[in-house]
Amino acid sequence: MDDVHTLIVDDSSVMRRIVERSLRQAGIKLGTVYEAGNGAEALAVLAEHQVHLILCDINMPVMDGLEFVKRLAGVNNAKDVPVVMITTEGSESHVVQALSFGARGYIRKPFTADQVKEHVIPVLGVKA
Amino acid sequence: MKGRNDRVDLHSTHQNWISLLEVSACEVFELMMGCQLAPYDPAIQETLNVTSMVGLAGKLCGVLSVCCSRESAAIMASKMLEVDLEKVGDQLADALGEVANMVVGNFKNKISGLGDSCMLSVPSVIIGDDYNVHSLADSETIELRLLFEGHPLIITLAIQG
Repeated sequence: MDDVHTLIVDDSSVMRRIVERSLRQAGIKLGTVYEAGNGAEALAVLAEHQVHLILCDINMPVMDGLEFVKRLAGVNNAKDVPVVMITTEGSESHVVQALSFGARGYIRKPFTADQVKEHVIPVLGVKA
Repeated sequence: MKGRNDRVDLHSTHQNWISLLEVSACEVFELMMGCQLAPYDPAIQETLNVTSMVGLAGKLCGVLSVCCSRESAAIMASKMLEVDLEKVGDQLADALGEVANMVVGNFKNKISGLGDSCMLSVPSVIIGDDYNVHSLADSETIELRLLFEGHPLIITLAIQG
């Protein structure tokens, strides 16, 4: 897939940069990269823009990543967009919850570019 | 020192937790910045004027803090962002907050039975030349002193109850 328009949701701007860089290092040809600092901001971005991939933190102020993924199911132009959670919250219940709400993968911080590649490429259905 | 996939029990002695905390910190610095943390050298003196804190609540209550100099935090941000040191601005606080977040999250994930029953706060960062951090934690404090790129780095876990 060419030009993967991507939404990165994390309350840390530094982490958003790192995630974007890791995606590029994974060989993914990124199109427009949108950023949001929490779930509410992410929903606002999705109301205006179409994306192919969402990477989302869990522990964020205002609206956390689990609530965001839950609400995403009701967003017509985004409900089928693959979501990969990237978070320090590696507990089993968070994983189960995120997957039950529709997330397609889960990466635990700290992470390497290889781990991003391993989890993101399959959900995009492309070869690196 | 324990490895990335080693885990200890929640009720193990806090002595075990020190090495676990060190492994957690070393993994974060190695994976996110490509740096090895070195043993502390008391001869190196520096004003530690940036502190990042993340609270824990649940089966384990307390505060993890990461304390270093402004220059050290800027180097961390520079390495995490892969930008020149002089281009780092306000991002140093964000970077140190994320470091504390990853260290405590990594530590938490290494303790069996803690994952589902211990919540983390979002990080808070204090920058200044004259402040003291007082924790209401009433029990043991685990303190790690290390060197990051030749700069002192103090990681403290204050445990309540």
